Order: sequence, then C-alpha cells, then structure tokens
Amino acid sequence: MPDKQGHFGVYGGRYVSETLMPALIELEKAYGRVRRDPSFRREFRHYLHEYAGRETPLYFAERLTQKLRGAKIYLKREDLCHTGAHKINNTLGQVLLALRMEKRRIIAETGAGQHGVATATVAAKFGLECEIFMGKEDVERQSLNVLRMKLLGAKVRIVESGSQTLKDAMNEALRDWVTYVRNTYYMIGSVAGPHPYPMMVRDFQSVIGQEARKQHLALTGRLPDYLVACVGGGSNSMGLFYPFLKDSSVKMVGVEAAGLGLKSGRHAASVLGGKVGVLHGSKSYLLQDNMGQIRHTHSIAAGLDYPGVGPELSFLRDQGRVHFVSATDREAANALQLLAEVEGIIPALESAHAVAEVIRLAPRLRKNRTIVVNLSGRGDKDMDTVGEYLGVTL
Amino acid sequence: MNRIDEKFSALKSRGRTALITFITAGDPDLETTAKILRVLERSGADLVELGVPFSDPMADGPTIQRASERALQKGASLPRILRMVREFRRDSEIPLILFGYYNPFFRYGLKRFTREASAAGVDGILCVDLPPEESGELKRWTDARGLDTIFLLAPTSDAGRIRLVARQGGGFVYYVSVTGVTGARRRFEDHLHAQVARVRRYTSLPVGVGFGISTPEQAAWIASFADAAVVGSALIEVMEKADQNQEKVKRAGLFVGRLKRAMERVRKKVIR
Repeated sequence: MPDKQGHFGVYGGRYVSETLMPALIELEKAYGRVRRDPSFRREFRHYLHEYAGRETPLYFAERLTQKLRGAKIYLKREDLCHTGAHKINNTLGQVLLALRMEKRRIIAETGAGQHGVATATVAAKFGLECEIFMGKEDVERQSLNVLRMKLLGAKVRIVESGSQTLKDAMNEALRDWVTYVRNTYYMIGSVAGPHPYPMMVRDFQSVIGQEARKQHLALTGRLPDYLVACVGGGSNSMGLFYPFLKDSSVKMVGVEAAGLGLKSGRHAASVLGGKVGVLHGSKSYLLQDNMGQIRHTHSIAAGLDYPGVGPELSFLRDQGRVHFVSATDREAANALQLLAEVEGIIPALESAHAVAEVIRLAPRLRKNRTIVVNLSGRGDKDMDTVGEYLGVTL
Repeated sequence: MNRIDEKFSALKSRGRTALITFITAGDPDLETTAKILRVLERSGADLVELGVPFSDPMADGPTIQRASERALQKGASLPRILRMVREFRRDSEIPLILFGYYNPFFRYGLKRFTREASAAGVDGILCVDLPPEESGELKRWTDARGLDTIFLLAPTSDAGRIRLVARQGGGFVYYVSVTGVTGARRRFEDHLHAQVARVRRYTSLPVGVGFGISTPEQAAWIASFADAAVVGSALIEVMEKADQNQEKVKRAGLFVGRLKRAMERVRKKVIR
C-alpha cells in the first residue's frame, strides 16, 4: 500500500497542476469509500463475470511446454476477456466509480487502443459520453481499434503533438481534464498517473492474480515458481503480481520493450534504460535525456511504447521483488508466431513480449517448475503490423 | 526582502498592480531572449516569468507548446538559461521567476539547481506540476537559498488548499483564472474578483491572476482588483507574428507598453 499521499517508497505521489488536485482528492475519497463497500464489490464482481466473461482460464500450454523442454507453462488467458484484453477489468471498476461520482463524461488515453476500446465499451454500456485521445502514429498502426471505438459511439481525438504516441495522448487527455474537470471523469488505463490511479488500477486488475493463484493451486496443489508479464505502464503485470507479492517463493519477471535493442536507443524500456523522474503525475523510472527532457520511445507494440512505468513497479524493482528483462521487436514477433503455431493462440504484440521471455526462461528450468505468463490481450489488432513485419502476404 | 517582495511593496504603496510577463526562455533563441527581457523591463513589465521549456508541457495550450518546441529545438537547457540570466542580471534588478515543469529541475539536481539559480540572480521558482504536498524536497533547498517557491491556486481550490498554499508559498500566489490550460480566452469565470477576494482572506501574500489574459482591457480589469496580472501566451503570439528576431523584440515592447498603460489608468480596490 502507498502512503497517504500515494507514495510507494520515493515513487508515485501527485505531481499535477493545482486545478486537478481537488479532483484527485475527491477521486481518492470516492475510491476509499467504494473499496470498503460490499455492494460496490458485489456489483463489480457481477459485471466481471456476466459482462467481461470472467473468470478467464489458466491454460496449460502443453505443446509450447514440450517444445521448450523445460518448465511447465500456463497461460492466463486475459485475451479471452470481452474486448480482447485485460483492460476491461479496470474500466468496469472505474465506470462504476464514475457513476457513483455522478460524472457523465468519460475521457481516456490509449496507445494500442485496447484501453480506448474498453473505455468506449463501458461508456456505451452505461450510457456515458466518451472521448478517447490517441496519438496519430497509433491511430495508423491500430486502425481496427479506432473503428471499434467509433462504432461504440466514442469520439476519437487524434493527437498530433510530440511523438504522436501514448505519452502525447496522455498529455492531451490531461489538458482536456484540467479544462472540463468539474463534469469529467478521467479513466487512466494503466497503473501510472497521479495517486490514486496506480493503486486503484492495480486493485481493479488484481482479479487476474487472484484467479491465477487459486487456479494454479487447484491445478498443481502449489504456487507457481515464476510469473511473467509484459510492462508498458504496467497494469497487466501489477494485476498478476500483486496477489502474489507476499509469496516469497514466487519469482516475478517484468518484460519491457527493447524495440530495436537496448543499445540502439530506440526502445521503451523505462526501468532498464531510464532514470528517476516525474511525468504525468508521478515519480518513477523514466526515459529522459540528462536535461530531463522526455525521450522518444520505440516499440513494435503500441501499448508498450511509453517512456514511463507505474511507480509501484519502480518500487518493487528497487526492492528486488520484481526482476526486469526486455524483449526486442524481433523477439516479440517471433514469439507471436510460435505461440500461434504451437498453441493456436495469437497474442497481442504487447503480450508477445512476455511470451518471448518465457521462450528464453522455460528451457533453463527443470520440468517440475511452473511459469504463469499473462497473455494480456489477443493479437487481432496487430495483424497489419505483424504481417508487414514478418513478411506474411495474402 | 528579496526583489519580488520589494517590487510588490513598492507597487502597493502606490496602489498599483504588477504586470508580470511570461516568455519561454530560448524562443526563438537565448540571445534574443535576453534582448526581449530588456525590452520587457523598459516597456513596463514589473516582474518576468521565464519559462523553462519542457518536452511535455501538459498544462499549456498550443501557443506555449509551440514556444517550448522551438526553444528545445534551438538547444535551450537549464544550464544555458541560467547562464543567460546571470549575464542579464549584471544590469537589471527586475524580479525573475523561473516557471516550468518539475522534471528538468529535478533531473538537474535540486541542490545544484537552486545554488546556480540563486547565484545567477533568479528570485523565485514556480513549477506548474508541483503542488505544495510534493514540494518538500524542492523547498528544502529554495528556502535555504532565499528563493521564493510560488504556488498556484485555481477555481477548484477550496479553503483548505488556499490555507495550505498560504502556509507553504512565497513571493505571491498565482491564481489561475480559469480551469484549463494556458492560452488566450474571451471570457473568464464568473466572479473572478470575488474569488481573488476569497484567497485574500487566507493570505497576506500578493495575489496575481493569470491564464488567458490577452488584451489591455482584460489586464486593466484584472488590475482593478488583483495585485498582479500575468500575460504569457498573448505576448508569445504577438512575437510569433514577426519573422525577424529584431522585429519580435520591438513588437513585444510595444505590446507590453500598451498593457502597462491600460493598467496604469485603473486604481486598485482591494476587497477581502
């Protein structure tokens, strides 16, 4: 748990303009109330089950395991959630909160478009006005999701400033929020941003880890040896890791996007390649130059193409609790291909980074070990990118 | 008493409101910035906010975003800006406030930053994304070096937050006139003067009003009840309209002169 001002060790906090401080304090109080409210929790569970389709399977990837000849690999199938990724867990929680706060307008930033789709989905379901901010580059590479958001009735605001990716979408969403703060609910999609978002999004996403823990115990009678998840902002990883934090035997691996390679400078590995700084409302590891200007990032996965990381992950890294590694564009694309071929599952490019680490890790472990990998989303949205990258033609 | 306090008390004794002008350091380049500073002072600016450009200016509207981009492209950075300030300070006593986002200051090292800023002749620091709750590590150094830490208040701030800023802040209170980002606006929130009066109930610090003030008429209206009017985006837009740097400097001076004359015509009425 963070301290009262939202700090995880030296990280986190609330670095925002004064105009937003009262809104964040209001949000923190509202969230504090619903967190203890059994009727809220019942309602949240109801929608996770009936609407999002939970629980998702913890699936033993038998052929992948055989192929890698090492630890047993279990896939937490968040790709089977309604809308195709874990993002819906969080947006369902936040929309129920927004309704209780009587906000009628929802805004959100999105990179890969999965959070945008998940936000537009709950806004449609509950009849709220919705605007999604998305960088121009991401609009182009994730066009399927843009169409989905539009069909769901959301307005998609294309952001042309800066690097035209997730970071700039978040800048623009913050500019909108500071202007319409009195009637607007800002639905942040990751465990990033100012307090209480990192804590709140983690809580809503921790259903992933709660289920996985129970499922793994039921399947094997013990806890997993490794948890592996990709890390952009970090919501799917925190969701998986959080319920296991006190289980000291469980090792946790966060996989960052190495883009064209960590040494190339063209990557999005904020923890491995960054320094501590402040962006978008919290203190955390950040890709920046030595004058504190934020660096442009690169990843084949739009959802990982972000220069920062959730503050709690920075804290857990310094504690040595979460170990960080990275996977390149190439490794992720190859992992996507392999999983498709041996398991019949096409993961999102983001999740393929986690699979890439499993491909390296599993063969090094004995066969009685287990790895749970978070398959945070499905790959339909990435078909254009992957087809082009791997040279698949019609 | 530092330069900011001296300036406000001198203006107070004459019943006048300060004109604070904002420019982005390094736009169009640092050499021209120094010239703009001189012309601002000559044309009647009482204090200057010098914007330290940041790659992700999320509290700013399009005008200051453009200015920041231009400045960064021309290589503006904190040490270069401080060097320029040190030169400028040799023959000017106008109060100078560094205005920016926290990360460039934080990355530079707060101890080193405040030491060099103070030595260069900076009088105050204002970070738009640093509320009082997070300001401890900066204030530890600004307080030690006699630099003011200036905080913002907004239409959304309640009495508790006004008290917090009154307790922690120095120099003056920067009251944000509207909910939103920086940039010119046609109209302000209702009862702006009443909101300023509300802030005065909790603090004896001067209260400046900024965000959206773009015409001499608006500046004069603000001057009738606030202790300072801050003009930024409008000034940058005036300079953007000129191609030559020399012309930018000239137009900045003319615009600030008009603002100042309009403000000088009103008598301030302090309501609490």
